[in-house]
Amino acid sequence: MAQIKVDGELIEVPDHFTLMQAAEAAGAEIPRFCYHERLSVAGNCRMCLVEVKGGPPKPQASCALGVKDLRPGPDGEPPEMFTNTPMVKKAREGVMEFLLINHPLDCPICDQGGECDLQDQAMAYGIEASRYTESKRAVENKYIGPLVKTIMTRCIHCTRCVRFTTEVAGISELGLVGRGEDAEITTYLERAMSSELQGNVIDLCPVGALTSRPYEFTARPWELTKTETIDVMDAVGSNIRVDARGREVMRVLPRINEDINEEWISDKTRFIWDGLKSQRLDRPYVRKKGRLEEASWDEAFKTIARAARKAGNKVGAIAGDLAGVEEMFALKQLIASLGSGHMDCRPAMSAIDPGMDRAAYIFNPAIAGIEQADALLIIGANPRREASLVNARIRKSWRANGLAIGLIGDRADLTYDYQYLGDDFAALQSIADGSSRFAKKLKNAERPLIIIGEGALSQNAAGKQAGRDVMALASKIAQDCGALSAEWNGFGVLHNGAGRVGGLDIGFVPQAGGVCSADQIDLCASGDIELMFLLGADEYDMSALGEAMVVYIGSHGDAGAHRADVILPAATYTEKSATYVNTEGRVQITTRAVFPPGEAKEDWAIIRALSAHLKKTLPYNSLTELRAALYQQHPHLARIDHIEPGSVEALRALAKPVKATHKLSFASPIEDFYLTNPIARASAVMGECAQLAQGMLKAAE
Amino acid sequence: MLHDKDRIFTNLYGQGDAGLKGALARGSWSGTKGFVEQGRDWITDQVKASGLRGRGGAGFPTGLKWSFMPKQSDGRPHYLLVNADESEPGTCKDREILRHDPHILIEGCVLAARAMDAHLVFVYIRGEFIRERLAFERAVEEAYEAKLIGKNNVHGWDLDIIVHHGAGAYICGEETALMESLEGKKGQPRLKPPFPAGMGVYGNPTTVNNVESIAAVPEILRRGGAWFAGMGRENNTGTKLFCISGHVNNPATVEEEMGIPFRELIEKHCGGIRGGWDNLLAVIPGGSSVPCVPGAKISDAIMDFDGLREVGSSLGTAAVIVMDNSTDIIKAIWRLSVFYKHESCGQCTPCREGTGWMMRVMERMVEGRAQKREIDMLLDVTKQIEGHTICALGDAAAWPIQGLIKNFRPVIEARIDAYSYNSDAEGAVPSIAAE
Repeated sequence: MAQIKVDGELIEVPDHFTLMQAAEAAGAEIPRFCYHERLSVAGNCRMCLVEVKGGPPKPQASCALGVKDLRPGPDGEPPEMFTNTPMVKKAREGVMEFLLINHPLDCPICDQGGECDLQDQAMAYGIEASRYTESKRAVENKYIGPLVKTIMTRCIHCTRCVRFTTEVAGISELGLVGRGEDAEITTYLERAMSSELQGNVIDLCPVGALTSRPYEFTARPWELTKTETIDVMDAVGSNIRVDARGREVMRVLPRINEDINEEWISDKTRFIWDGLKSQRLDRPYVRKKGRLEEASWDEAFKTIARAARKAGNKVGAIAGDLAGVEEMFALKQLIASLGSGHMDCRPAMSAIDPGMDRAAYIFNPAIAGIEQADALLIIGANPRREASLVNARIRKSWRANGLAIGLIGDRADLTYDYQYLGDDFAALQSIADGSSRFAKKLKNAERPLIIIGEGALSQNAAGKQAGRDVMALASKIAQDCGALSAEWNGFGVLHNGAGRVGGLDIGFVPQAGGVCSADQIDLCASGDIELMFLLGADEYDMSALGEAMVVYIGSHGDAGAHRADVILPAATYTEKSATYVNTEGRVQITTRAVFPPGEAKEDWAIIRALSAHLKKTLPYNSLTELRAALYQQHPHLARIDHIEPGSVEALRALAKPVKATHKLSFASPIEDFYLTNPIARASAVMGECAQLAQGMLKAAE
Repeated sequence: MLHDKDRIFTNLYGQGDAGLKGALARGSWSGTKGFVEQGRDWITDQVKASGLRGRGGAGFPTGLKWSFMPKQSDGRPHYLLVNADESEPGTCKDREILRHDPHILIEGCVLAARAMDAHLVFVYIRGEFIRERLAFERAVEEAYEAKLIGKNNVHGWDLDIIVHHGAGAYICGEETALMESLEGKKGQPRLKPPFPAGMGVYGNPTTVNNVESIAAVPEILRRGGAWFAGMGRENNTGTKLFCISGHVNNPATVEEEMGIPFRELIEKHCGGIRGGWDNLLAVIPGGSSVPCVPGAKISDAIMDFDGLREVGSSLGTAAVIVMDNSTDIIKAIWRLSVFYKHESCGQCTPCREGTGWMMRVMERMVEGRAQKREIDMLLDVTKQIEGHTICALGDAAAWPIQGLIKNFRPVIEARIDAYSYNSDAEGAVPSIAAE
């Protein structure tokens, strides 16, 4: 511990603290622009200057100077720093004046207005008027992609964006060119940035130089209602804030959660919101003479009731990626009360079974645990596409600790170096039997980590046994390298759907007499399932559903709605309070930011109303009652933001050598990062990004 | 007054052979092995005893700087980095050494490297110095061939010299920007601490020295620190290369004893001021970045670190720029502002924004198209830059203007008055605010 006096107050801080951190610990506020706690220190804005005793006689940048860099006084008295002296005041005013002389001061037409660091700090630390009467500098705007709009004249050259893209996002496309007054931030060739995390530079930019292009000129921050909620674009469960005006979602911003997304979110999470407004199902539809026609709720329910009477127990249900726990729980009870066991929430041919322990299907080490790992094997996943923030965490660990990484699967650019081990079952075998050199690296590691992609466990072409064998080998690898100990469980399954772990937790999988999703589709084709419920399920082959009566409960007019015979319009994640369990097994709840459009209703309420029409009334009349029933059966779901740990022993039991060989591929199931779910497919912004990404791919080849 | 026998740079004008043969004839490389064998502490002590202060401008004691290097290597190699990025306007001393006496520098590298346990020396040569680089590279090759340096050389201290050619940016003469540039990055100064002696080139302990400082070392060791300390005044010892340019009859680069009076320096080596001493307007005594001194004050000034501080300036690189009464002093300083605006790296705010502001105000002051209150405003702006930046370029840009305002305010005011008296004349344009 080091002692330092901050404005006369003696405090004790850890040795590695900077003066800025010490000042914050003492409660003194220090303005800053370039400093960001998650990026490297640049020290270039000079706004954080403080006066020190025991150091140089000049004002010092408090973000860069360590407490230990100061010398104690002649009699051993602790060094001192001051944040409120005339020298500091003069320095801040000077820097602020310099920042503003070439700033356009176009706050009235700037999207950053109202949440601008420069605006706020100019009010707090600036002087009342400018003395600058020369011509101002103007800088040409740069095209850096469809997501980030640039007004480069406003740039104050803090280089936060450059540091973010190179350090966190792992692309080297953004940089500062030129020097002196003519220095400019640009993507040298004015091409779109190729990162899936680029939207974060909008939050990082302390001024209005980088703003959200889709959001431009649509709203002011003070007129927005802010709702803290959870993202469902992937199974990471990023913490977000949804900003809405009236009934419209205007934008999505990240919330800090050190365990999950730190303070970043992916572009899909951030820019999805235009998809919430288009292609919406805002009233029930019933197919009449081959055409979907608008109908009333009553009519839709009666149509389903008629079909249900005819179908008897020949009923099936599949839940999609975005389904919340509550609606799956209600649907599960409804299907069971109709006498059927056909239900599933997993992708086709999945080897995951909730009959196994929870440890077999969650990301046991947790996302923050990636930083403790010292060797990592990725099996059949492309974390960059499937869970961008998990990928960012891997990159962080790779940069900071030199994490050794091996990959079986697509040879993709993951923004970090890895040892490529192959793309087939033999590659996995060679790790499992210890013949691969990477197996030794894993073995020597103290905290080895195995990430198994959902794709590796759902071998659509090779069948279920292949997936089970992958699971057996993966857990064998984990056991052999010491990843399954009491202190460290390094076995992590990376899911792609936000609703998946929740569905597995409540057992939305084939019950007695039931079959899995792929088999249900076959049964539909053969006529053995006559009534099929799709709860937001769009990722299946809809043409294979045969003559079955399909009821689609969901929010967007996507594949499922096109095939449906009855459409029941439901709410999206911003329009309901629903429980989601992320890939770590962490329970989180979304909050309603806006109301569903038109006659759309919350999913659980639709299922509850339908149950009454089917004369199988579910025993709850409110969400609270539903949750009470849910928590009774699955108490861990009541513990919000908590991870119910799985059993390591159960994982050890899965580990066994596999004799058989399979012809299979470990390619990631996600081909297009931007178009993974119905909301994304309805979003024009995501569409443009997807086109651009494909175009880039072509150009690169 | 320097005796010929006390000269360190005996081939400054290239009259002799710059090659190894000539260097040996002039006494270079004699006794080097013995000095190397005396060891690290002895060399450092001798240099400390000599009172040698860094010749690159800041005047930090060289021996003290060397002693900051870790005593025991923690496994990281130590480096010596010779700063031959001589770009300060008015300065032309290192260039003469590289061209005409390169071996004296190479020998200095061997000794200095020994004194800091370094086996690798980088010499960063300014981008515009093409001939100088070729000359120095030739000398390095000669030294390798003669086994004076390299692995298993005759001195028993393995040493490699890497000559790096810069791309011609002024800021790369700043020691940390130099290191960035050497590493292949954009030449932008680093934050200090960590200081180079702890974490320099590629994160390893590094000492950055000026060419002249290193080149003085062999002679100091040959003749002893006391010899060097015997010249000049206390704290301002030894000999120094003065680069006199501007309005003197014979501009020259000359080695002289520290503490030589300005008048003597000019009379003896430069044939006096053009048009006589009454014609002297001002002198910038230490390269473009130090404040100018009016002629009356400088005439009897002592040319060393302390002597020039007394007249409100600094010795800097000892690049003496003499201006006679034909000079438009405002325009001269404006030209320096243009230079600093052009050479600012753009990294930190006060320098990036301030240099342009100062240049634009100066531009108007050259014409007189300004208000008198703007003189104080300009002075205030320079104070807002000075000491607030990452490196010293901000200070260097501020000082010339501060010197101008301090010493020549009446000239600026007269220019402003003249402009407003003639405001009705054709062509005069009022100043228009930007907003």
